[in-house]
Amino acid sequence: MTGGAGRRGRRGQEAQQVPDAEFSSYYGRPIVRETVWGPDIPSYLFLGGLAGASSGLAAGAHLTGNRELGLAAKAAAAGAISLSMVALVHDLGRPIRFVNMLRVLKVTSPMSVGTWILSAYTPLALTAAGCYLTRKSPLLDTVATIGAAALGPAVASYTGVLLADTATPAWHGAYHELPYLFVGSAASAAGGFGMLAVRPDKARQAVRLAIVGATAELAARHLLERRLGPDAEPYRAGQAGTLMKAAEALTVGGLAGAIVARSHRAAAACSGAALLLGSALTRFGIFEAGRASARDPKYTVGPQRGGLRGRPDREPPAAEVQ
Amino acid sequence: MTSAASRLRGLFVPPADPAARAGYADHPPRVGFFTDTSVCIGCKACEVACKEWNAVPEDGISLSGMSYDNTVGLSASTWRHVAFIERPAGPDADTGPDGHDLSWLMASDVCKHCTDAACLDVCPTGALMRTEFGTVVVQDDICNGCGYCVSACPFGVIGRRPTDGGAHKCTLCYDRIGDGLKPACAKACPTESIQFGPLDELREIAQRRVAELHETGQSEARLYGEDPADGVGGFGAFFLLLDEPEVYGLPPDPQATTRDLGRMWRHAALAAASLAAAVIAASMRGRS
Repeated sequence: MTGGAGRRGRRGQEAQQVPDAEFSSYYGRPIVRETVWGPDIPSYLFLGGLAGASSGLAAGAHLTGNRELGLAAKAAAAGAISLSMVALVHDLGRPIRFVNMLRVLKVTSPMSVGTWILSAYTPLALTAAGCYLTRKSPLLDTVATIGAAALGPAVASYTGVLLADTATPAWHGAYHELPYLFVGSAASAAGGFGMLAVRPDKARQAVRLAIVGATAELAARHLLERRLGPDAEPYRAGQAGTLMKAAEALTVGGLAGAIVARSHRAAAACSGAALLLGSALTRFGIFEAGRASARDPKYTVGPQRGGLRGRPDREPPAAEVQ
Repeated sequence: MTSAASRLRGLFVPPADPAARAGYADHPPRVGFFTDTSVCIGCKACEVACKEWNAVPEDGISLSGMSYDNTVGLSASTWRHVAFIERPAGPDADTGPDGHDLSWLMASDVCKHCTDAACLDVCPTGALMRTEFGTVVVQDDICNGCGYCVSACPFGVIGRRPTDGGAHKCTLCYDRIGDGLKPACAKACPTESIQFGPLDELREIAQRRVAELHETGQSEARLYGEDPADGVGGFGAFFLLLDEPEVYGLPPDPQATTRDLGRMWRHAALAAASLAAAVIAASMRGRS
């Protein structure tokens, strides 16, 4: 298969010295297309998760009479989901047509399903925050709080399917774990925000959610990388790898802080901030891993050929002339 | 768009009939392309005819260094792309006038108009639709440029055009075939490398052609995308290739990502339930 694709005509003599490769590519060109989504989307993945899990935390605090944490969590949910909507509209090629999302409901399109979930969730989250802040309409407040808490987990988890339901190798390959990783990351962020915003004696519910969430995030990530084996390389290499390593360090540090230093105001706040940042970097890392996996044809061809697994990693021949 | 009754009917039609599945009760036969790359001469008439007929804008004029291929690949503004692959010739080959011992593969790539089209499945606005001919087109007046189809396509065909923000791809000349005309690329192809017609007939022609090539000793000839049992339910535009698909920049075993969607939703539902349980557990013990 030498030169099947990897060669340039004008450098034919050189290219013939390239050793036989396991598979070819067309001048190293990608096969699937890299996402056209910009940083709005990983930002949304983080903010949407923060909002969804915060609504759950808010309901818990609201119903147990923990007003400080309830207010912080409701404010986080309302603020994060508002920014999310801005990011989602901004990322469109034709933002003015966002409303076209609402002309159909398609279960085959996670984006369509997600848009409808957000359309129901966002007014509830905003109402819950507004009523709580102004102390008006307690009945409406309770209804909106419970409604937002019921939909929040869906907001946090569907985004795993949003990424997985693509031909992007690193995302599709991770479809078993992504929803769990994302809800773990969401719980970690929401708990972290509570620890940051509320003094320790009022933040115990947040600390507990943060510990469960961060543990789940780390566990899901470990399972993902172990199951994918060599195909998890996009998560470990390059910019994505750097982001994922930083995210792991922050989440592990934040988790440790949440366990041992939860009653110390400054330490708890630092731990909460680390968890928030860890959650955000996880989303950006996964996003970047997908982009990197789409750019290199070996991640598309390898799994389809069942050939990359168990074999020493090697560049496709075309990479040498690209 | 489609009524509940027609959707229901769609459950009982063979999967190879995507138009019926989409709710067209009475529809013309499914049409498509058979691109026989063994007779492609790399003239790029298909690329030009497509651009001309569909008024597709220019998308970069530069030299790629990839043999005679300066088009580089399919995109929002390139709906036919001729690939040029240079290889060392076999022992019997003629040596070209420039002394280089080369053999060529040339192939005109296009949207596959998949039976199970992931781009269409994931489109959140309904801008991507199935036509009565079983082809897949973008309705430009509806597309909001979300870009989901771009990531869903297992071939990297569809793209988002930077100048107008919308997704674009081959329409299989929807505006021509409705009037009984061939698509522009097939019309312009001087060697009938690009053949247009009812898909059933094209599959028979292709089987005969590949058998003919095998008889003449070209055992490397193989059909790509003609099998309805493949990961996208068979292509509406399939190919005869002379090497592995990846040599041409094509995926060897493309899968419609939405085939795993049921499992994905189940994982998401379980994950959401787990989060709800975690929230309740975290909130309950000692309200502090």
